[in-house]
Amino acid sequence: MEFWVIQTFNGLSYGALLFLLASGLSLIFGVMRIVNLAHGSYFLLGGYVGLSVVWRTGSFALAMLAGGLAVALIGVGMERLFLRRLQKQELAQVLMTMGFALIFQDLALLIWGGDPYSIPTPAWLTGSLRAGELVFPRYRLFVIAVAAAIALVLWLFLERTRAGAVIRAAVDDEEMARGVGINVAAVSMGVFALGAFLAALGGVVGGGFIGVYPGSDFEILPYAFVVVIVGGLGSLEGAIVGSLLVGLLDNFGKALFPELSYFTLFAPMAVILALRPTGLFGRA
Amino acid sequence: MPGAARRGGWVVAGLGTAAVLLAAAPLFLSSYPLTLLTQALIYAIFAMSLDILLGYTGLPSLGHAAYFGVGAYAVAILATEFRAGFWTCLVAAVAAAILAGALFGPLAIRAVGTYFLMITLALGMLVWGLAFRWVSVTKGDNGISGLERPTLGPWSFADPTAFYFLSLVTFVVSAACLVVVVRSPFGMSLMGIRESEARMRSLGYNVWLHKYLAFMLAAAFAGVAGFLWAYYNGFVSPVEVQLVTSVEALLMVALGGSGTLVGPALGAGLIVFLKNFVSVYTKRWLLILGGVYICVILFAPGGIIGALKRRPR
Repeated sequence: MEFWVIQTFNGLSYGALLFLLASGLSLIFGVMRIVNLAHGSYFLLGGYVGLSVVWRTGSFALAMLAGGLAVALIGVGMERLFLRRLQKQELAQVLMTMGFALIFQDLALLIWGGDPYSIPTPAWLTGSLRAGELVFPRYRLFVIAVAAAIALVLWLFLERTRAGAVIRAAVDDEEMARGVGINVAAVSMGVFALGAFLAALGGVVGGGFIGVYPGSDFEILPYAFVVVIVGGLGSLEGAIVGSLLVGLLDNFGKALFPELSYFTLFAPMAVILALRPTGLFGRA
Repeated sequence: MPGAARRGGWVVAGLGTAAVLLAAAPLFLSSYPLTLLTQALIYAIFAMSLDILLGYTGLPSLGHAAYFGVGAYAVAILATEFRAGFWTCLVAAVAAAILAGALFGPLAIRAVGTYFLMITLALGMLVWGLAFRWVSVTKGDNGISGLERPTLGPWSFADPTAFYFLSLVTFVVSAACLVVVVRSPFGMSLMGIRESEARMRSLGYNVWLHKYLAFMLAAAFAGVAGFLWAYYNGFVSPVEVQLVTSVEALLMVALGGSGTLVGPALGAGLIVFLKNFVSVYTKRWLLILGGVYICVILFAPGGIIGALKRRPR
């Protein structure tokens, strides 16, 4: 019993972290149909910027904000200067974003070195809560809370505001959106900034429990892709359900069948794809 | 058309010169450049196999390293655990790669465009996950080492020159097979699918079956490349099947010019040499490779062959 509760909790907290990464990736996908291999790099860079900010200022909240904003700027630069001209050229987008991913990886190595770091978390988030025999680390509860708050804000934004409606229109049918006078180029830029911001936020938050280290970019990227594939492109519900599912599958896979842990993650994904090629919540 | 004939003549002359140079290379190259050339030939087979999917069928696979890796692992496991010989390993590597392609193909070719990219990426990661975690079979992150170069009848390929010739012969045979395929009616149909899937379907072609066969064909030759690589490197690890390797193969195809077979072979050679030479002089090799990716897309979207074709004579 204890095993199941704790593993479920760990899976949920990892899923919460994945949601930060995948929600942005899914939106970018939805609007621009870009396979962005540099999305994991936003996570990595966000973590490193956050680390430097915590070292300088000691403020974790500031680190989250600074990491997010700095990387959002990088994302906007990439979108405006390089990716915009490659619309509907999937291969070119893949190679271009891969180029950026390699450059970011090497720059991070150059600036922050190859040692793994952990971002120091505020005192009120260390330690754990006890419920009888069960122990819940506070920081992981915090990660779940952050993801839930972001999910709520995103949902309100997408469903209840005019800007959100514009984004949904661009996801559903870009051509029609253009036709009714929506500035899809501006929407793309905004969505790219938002996606990069969320991924970097995930990097800072993740830095507190999985750490910041070279290679984390390409380690987490496939997970984000699986979430998006399982959930469906451009769907917030899909990103939520997909993240939790992937977090749980990954965690139980690692705990129960360590030798086949990635298989237990990717095989169900293949089954879902075979049954529903557009993902659980995606539309064709 | 005299223009086309003249160009055809140039192509034949170019290929002939390349063949002579490759055959004579051991006479004037020392052992280090020769091993690099061997590596280039192996990657050329790999890149050409991807070109069947990407260039001829219009399916950009983001997980092609999986089949390369399956072939390499098949050799590594059979040769170290079971002391299997040359032919057993070759057949097993190709069969394993085809089997993986046969399993993954139906999932992947349901999709086109962005979805195809993502599904092949995820399937590639599945193989990577097995290589990384299934420690009892693949030895996980440590990889499988201690592979010895094979012998075949009276020949031993332990010597770098002998192994170079093995790679060269395999390369030539593979290239010849692929050229025959793309010039056959089957190859023409693949190009038809690349240009317009709907039209081919309405003409009565079984598009699904064509894509499926192309997928398995590409997997088979990736397996051949993996077979050589395992012996060449003497060591097989999850690096062989990771995403970065798959994307690198895409870069080789794009750099040379997709849909030409010659281009990807050329692209593979360039990347292999660039990688090995630059990494001697600087630690910032990844930075430069990243720059190469971006420059290819910005300045040579049709690859080297595309740039040559566009230039007026």
